[in-house]
Amino acid sequence: MPEPALEAQALRKDFGPKTAVRDLTLSVPRGEVFGFLGPNGAGKTTSVKMLLGLVHPTAGGGRLLGQPIGAARARARVGYLPEHFAFHEWLRGRELLRFHGRLLGLGGPSLEAGLEALLRRVELVEAGDRCLREYSKGMKQRIGLAQALLGEPELVFLDEPTSGLDPLGRLLVRDVIRELKARGTTVFLNSHLLSEVEVTCDRVAFVKEGRVVSAMTLGAAERDLEVELRLERSSPSVLEGLARFGRDVREDGAVVRLRVDGEERLPEMSRWLAGQGIGLYHLGARHRSLEDVFLEVVR
Amino acid sequence: MRAVLTIAHLTLAEARRRRILAAALLLGAAFVLLFGVGFHFIVRDIGEHGASPAQRRLVLSFIVMAALYAANFLIVMTSVLVTIDTLAGEIGSGVIEALCTKPIPRWSVALGKWLGCWVVLAMYAAVLCGGVLLVARLVGGYTPPNAARGLPLLLLEGTVLLTLALAGGTRLSTLANGVTVFGLYGLAFVGGWMEQIGTLASNTTARYIGIAASLLVPSESLWQLASHHMQPPLVRDLGIGPFSPLSVPSPAMVAWAAAYVLVTLAVALRLFRTRDL
Repeated sequence: MPEPALEAQALRKDFGPKTAVRDLTLSVPRGEVFGFLGPNGAGKTTSVKMLLGLVHPTAGGGRLLGQPIGAARARARVGYLPEHFAFHEWLRGRELLRFHGRLLGLGGPSLEAGLEALLRRVELVEAGDRCLREYSKGMKQRIGLAQALLGEPELVFLDEPTSGLDPLGRLLVRDVIRELKARGTTVFLNSHLLSEVEVTCDRVAFVKEGRVVSAMTLGAAERDLEVELRLERSSPSVLEGLARFGRDVREDGAVVRLRVDGEERLPEMSRWLAGQGIGLYHLGARHRSLEDVFLEVVR
Repeated sequence: MRAVLTIAHLTLAEARRRRILAAALLLGAAFVLLFGVGFHFIVRDIGEHGASPAQRRLVLSFIVMAALYAANFLIVMTSVLVTIDTLAGEIGSGVIEALCTKPIPRWSVALGKWLGCWVVLAMYAAVLCGGVLLVARLVGGYTPPNAARGLPLLLLEGTVLLTLALAGGTRLSTLANGVTVFGLYGLAFVGGWMEQIGTLASNTTARYIGIAASLLVPSESLWQLASHHMQPPLVRDLGIGPFSPLSVPSPAMVAWAAAYVLVTLAVALRLFRTRDL
């Protein structure tokens, strides 16, 4: 089995008496687009910073592309767009990319060709010779994205890459992530925009109070159905009987809700209810959105 | 090493682009020009009054030392001002994050910044001190003795404070760093005077306290050593005039200051390497 792009084992970070990350244990295989989700203050950014060697873990360890985290060589093929991408505002767009390229050990015509391609990709060719202080918020975010993609990294960390972007800018980021996936690049995406995550990620992990509390592949989420039933009458024995078709059976006012793992359960359920002589007035089913899952996990 | 040079290059480019370099060099040139004008008239007056060569030499030495004293003060200020924000500011704004996630050792970022700031300082010191010496030579035909020995001490003094400002910037905010480094400079300044006054008043305690302050921050003692070297032998030996230290710092102070720079720099790199960003 090939080595994962990223591995973290029991990473912990305390800032004085406060624990920012309690236990970060996860593994991201190569080529996956991985969403890292959680409420504000859950420790997402600190987790990313530990993986990138910006923050020293209090305990635990991990590997990036086979190298121990914190080592300079671990970051050789890693790109990073920080949450609030700040840079030397007196630089011009092209100069920023050239400077960061040099720090990656790039140079000469290949660096120039690479940075021109990236400027084209983030639609900043015209603005490339303008000072960054003249850039709009969205342009700054896009030049930051180009910076993260310098040198064709094998693993890219994007911390809230769509913040400050208009719908067109978001579409651009989404397309870039798809291109990275097609190229086999691993993407570690930190985002609050669950709709973005839903369309771009293969798998997500939910982090709460500094701990990964749940992980799931997004295909599975799509398969899960939330079912709502309005019955002639309900009783504990009816709820018990419904439990054989799904899970989380509960009464919610006048309706009964439960979760099933496929559409084929629906006719089975209605047949069983008819067999029990219970009138079925309404049966509604919908796929659970990532937002539903998120709210359930983090609440 | 490549990373150190890239960061140093960026630091220099920043000084140039943000007009720090232009402001320092232009005002430095204005300082030299002003000194030149004043020096010209004084030299003319001395000629008209028929002063003896010894008197002439005494007056010119005094004026050149006064100019170098002012230059020394400006070098101290510039060394701190150029450096206080270079790490502290970028840590505060988050600019440092995209740099320190590149495949380069973190210490190379701090060392590159130190080098870039030092080059700005060296250029500034060269314009100021070189200008004063050139004007003195061309206008008055006077060159202070041991200038080649004294002027590097002024650069070393600036380097001491520059390195302290870099070290402070690894953990303190820009303002706190500035207050701390200027505070340390103030300690050394007062300590230097305590040492001189203690010597004059034969008060050993005051003198020792002054020496201890010089060991804590060896900046003022380097100026005193430089001014001791660059005065005419008569003035130097008699210890007369405001620029003749009565208690001449030991030559070992130069070795102490050089070692101080190296140790402070090593501490700065370690403090930066071990901090969370």
